[in-house]
Amino acid sequence: MKVTVCIGSSCHIKGSRQVAEQLKKLVDEHKLEDRVELTGTFCMGKCQQGVCVTLNDAFYSVTPDTAAAFFQEHILHKA
Amino acid sequence: MRKFDTKVQHLKYKVLREVAKQAWNDTLLDNLLDIPKIIVPGNTPTMRCCVYKERAILGERVKMAMGGDEDNPNVIQVIEIACDECPMGGYEVTNACRGCLAHRCEDVCRFGAITFDYQHVAHIDKSKCKNCGACAKVCPYTAINCRRRPCENACKIKALHMNENKAAAIDNDKCISCGACVYQCPFGAITDKSYILNVIDILKKSDHNKNYKVFAVVAPSISSQFTYAKLGQVITGLKELGFHTVVEAALGADMVADAECKELAEKGFLTSSCCPAFVSYIEKSFPQLLPYVSHNLSPMAAISKYLKEHEDTPCKVVFIGPCTAKKAEVRKESVRPYVDEAMTFEELQALFDSRDIDITQLPEGVLDNASYFGRIFARCGGLSDAVAEGLKENGITDFELKACSCDGIEECRLALLKKKSNRLDANFIEGMACVGGCIGGAGCLTHGEKNRTEVDKYGQEAMEKTIRDAISMLK
Repeated sequence: MKVTVCIGSSCHIKGSRQVAEQLKKLVDEHKLEDRVELTGTFCMGKCQQGVCVTLNDAFYSVTPDTAAAFFQEHILHKA
Repeated sequence: MRKFDTKVQHLKYKVLREVAKQAWNDTLLDNLLDIPKIIVPGNTPTMRCCVYKERAILGERVKMAMGGDEDNPNVIQVIEIACDECPMGGYEVTNACRGCLAHRCEDVCRFGAITFDYQHVAHIDKSKCKNCGACAKVCPYTAINCRRRPCENACKIKALHMNENKAAAIDNDKCISCGACVYQCPFGAITDKSYILNVIDILKKSDHNKNYKVFAVVAPSISSQFTYAKLGQVITGLKELGFHTVVEAALGADMVADAECKELAEKGFLTSSCCPAFVSYIEKSFPQLLPYVSHNLSPMAAISKYLKEHEDTPCKVVFIGPCTAKKAEVRKESVRPYVDEAMTFEELQALFDSRDIDITQLPEGVLDNASYFGRIFARCGGLSDAVAEGLKENGITDFELKACSCDGIEECRLALLKKKSNRLDANFIEGMACVGGCIGGAGCLTHGEKNRTEVDKYGQEAMEKTIRDAISMLK
């Protein structure tokens, strides 16, 4: 599974670093490193909906507060 | 609204804007020969002796806007017919000389070049004068002036001379493409080649970023530019031009600072590699010091390399900054794979206006990728501050930084001369070819006293306060 977090300016200001750090930590805790590829990209063109995250090609809007729930719901059991 | 420092810049801008306008419309080749007349429409000369000479020179400016002479590898080029062949007599006694008794000028001259006529008025024997200027300094009437060409005065590394036609000529073996002469020539006879046609071509062929994404990497000195609008509006303007998004070169500077401090601690002595004109100066005039040049890419190249290697889809990168030497850097073997083209703030203004984009009317976008330390690279001393911070953040305590920040190529020259003879009391040379650092670059729209403060303010506005936090995004 490929998880891409937007690290462009707009998402950065909304906390994409915190989102990415949390996801990285959760992936490591659940030992999903082999199954989840965590990457970044500069701008997905949906700055209003940031922090922008895609799972494979599906788009999600995440915030530092919802990152843990997002991991539980969309990554943990599907990866 | 005042957008430029000088009318020479404004003229160059008008040519670039017109060339760009025609290029966007695919009509450049049809209308190429008409551009001079579009810019000088009437029969009354506005700049030179007659409209025909004006248009002939404008024809040459159009060529420069389209990339200039391909056979000349230098990105800085002389427009010979635009050169006014300024006088260059060196030190001369003017009629302010009162024929005094003191003769301080004579006493101070170590070459015996001062003589006096029957009215006791001083004269300088050109065959003996070394142009040291000592006589001018001591004359109580400031009656001795130096007549030098502005271009030669600007070129502190003496890469400019007069050719057999008395026009300015550039010695490519010495020239570092810093652009100091470009900014200083009052006739606009020396200019940087423009590659905006390549930029327009890259944007057009991307078909609104569908075929590939086009990234604008902007230099942190942008914070001192486009002062008639807000920085956020410039960002939106870039997207209106067709760029996918804008990334700070300052994030590349954070990457460089992190790597540079480790390299420095390991090797014990380094000269910086951020300023392409400084690196070129070492290559051309101090080749024996080449082993000391940092192996890091410049911030521009570092962030561009990251983009090319990490973005999922193919992308192209255009660098936008204050620097004419960057146009040469992007053509180097080691940088070409990462940066597709470079242009100046002057050229960006022309591109905005060629599309009738009034940035003051646009909503504000955001630009925030780098840390405070990456951003202050734009002014002299910033790189040294960032390296000191890098050492601290990386916990390198057994190395004490002794930085020598060189403000302008003359200070660079002095530091390199000292290093060559082992007399330099420093272990890091931060070389900035332009006085003030990048904010003094020849491709800036305006140069002002407050620019340094603007850069520091912009640095403090960065969300990330440490280099490590800024680059942690990239891992």
